[in-house]
Amino acid sequence: MFDWLFVSPAEGRLLGTSRLGGPTPWVIAIMSFSIMLIAATGLALANTAGVLGRAIEARYALEVPAGGANLNALLSTVRSAPGVTAVEAVPESDMRKTLERWLGPAAQSQDLPVPALINFDVRPGTDLRPIERRAQALAPGARIASHRESVAPLLRSLSLLQAVALGLVLLLSAAAAAAVVLAARGALDTHRFTIDVMHGIGATDLQVTHLFQRKILLDAFAGSVAGGVAAAAVLLLLAGGAAFAGELTGGATLGLRDFLILALLPFLLTALATWVARAAVLRALREAL
Amino acid sequence: MHERTGGGVAAVAEFESVGLRYGTGAEVLRDVDFRLGSGRFYFLTGPSGAGKTSLLKLLYLAQRPTRGRISLFGEELSEAPRDMLPPFRRRIGVVFQDFRLIRHLSAFDNVALPLRVAGASEEDIKGPVREMLAWVGLADRASARPPTLSGGEQQRVAIARAVINRPELLVADEPTGNVDAEMANRLMGLFTALNRLGTTVVVATHDVGLINATPGAHMIRLENGTVIDPTGGLKNPPRHSKGAA
Repeated sequence: MFDWLFVSPAEGRLLGTSRLGGPTPWVIAIMSFSIMLIAATGLALANTAGVLGRAIEARYALEVPAGGANLNALLSTVRSAPGVTAVEAVPESDMRKTLERWLGPAAQSQDLPVPALINFDVRPGTDLRPIERRAQALAPGARIASHRESVAPLLRSLSLLQAVALGLVLLLSAAAAAAVVLAARGALDTHRFTIDVMHGIGATDLQVTHLFQRKILLDAFAGSVAGGVAAAAVLLLLAGGAAFAGELTGGATLGLRDFLILALLPFLLTALATWVARAAVLRALREAL
Repeated sequence: MHERTGGGVAAVAEFESVGLRYGTGAEVLRDVDFRLGSGRFYFLTGPSGAGKTSLLKLLYLAQRPTRGRISLFGEELSEAPRDMLPPFRRRIGVVFQDFRLIRHLSAFDNVALPLRVAGASEEDIKGPVREMLAWVGLADRASARPPTLSGGEQQRVAIARAVINRPELLVADEPTGNVDAEMANRLMGLFTALNRLGTTVVVATHDVGLINATPGAHMIRLENGTVIDPTGGLKNPPRHSKGAA
């Protein structure tokens, strides 16, 4: 099945020995580089969305519009409710800091009624209605809000960005494939005479195709690995820089699975280029007698 | 009724009412009707533009006829699928008028090409190729590339490539056009030797001397795209033939 990969030196000489001479390896290197970076971005976004989603999946907030007069009683009520695993009151100072963004210094005014907020985590399947009823008995108007609903727009944006990244990866792969088709047709034109001679002495389309397939595989492999290595270097630099600056969150990192996926991309790109080249060459050869 | 060329022996090739046109142009071959008997020697003659090269292209399967039927080695191939053609092409050796050597390959590799295409191992290739190169007087030029060879040397490489596979049908288009008289005789000697071994030989040529020096050969004459003497009766072409201009 893969015997075409192992041609004799004599067969290898049929199309000349120039390697990295044409634009194909360079085009594929650029595509591979871009695909790797975009894929890494998409994977990091997926990880971020995953971490964020898991973190807020079971997190709720008890909102008390009237403020924190009964805060301790409310905390006790929530903490003692069945299914609650963690409870944390948001300090009033934090609430005022948040309000400062909209209200400015007026947010620090003691005349300003500041709502109280208690964040709590629950086990899956916990019924929140009894907690809300008990809280309302202590602080009328208290209501429970889901963090998931609050962060839903952000998660949707992250999903959209992942889809965009995937689309770009597919688009760049298609562009790489188109470049390979053009390169294959160019190579066919360049070697038209050799092909005619080979056909004339009884070479089959597959024999001719294997020569081009092998050449394009080598060019594509060289290009995609070079692009992949360059992208890996950039990713390491970015990761190192982010870690140094303390900006790299736990969710935005790439795991082992992600690195394996990224490491596979140059090989997948090579396989795609080889398959596309084979199809293009076979189709072009069939146009001749 | 005329006996058609090659009658009486098994046919290597058979043309029936064959016509050929390129694109939408006029027919360059029309109603070509002849038969090549197995193991015979043929000269294809005719004035320039008569259609000799086109007829040879049909014969070595580089072109399909626009009408009519062509059978080679007993198989009707006019409309055969292209995947079916390579095994038949391997049974045909072709000496092109313009040599058609691959410029970036050495003389050795050019001659070895048909064997490699046929799947021979490198071990099985070396001996026959060296022998063939020695026979055409190019043993010391085995590693030379065509651009560094003279016209005559290139022609000899082309001939060596055409016959290395012991083809059943050898087709040569003006094979002695670029060699001196001595080499022409040697090459014709090779062709006749192959013919004696059973290879059917078709040589397109204007060289009357060559025709006269090959007794027993048949002659097919083309004029205005058609075979004017389908009998192939000129077994010993007359030494003063004006027809072979």
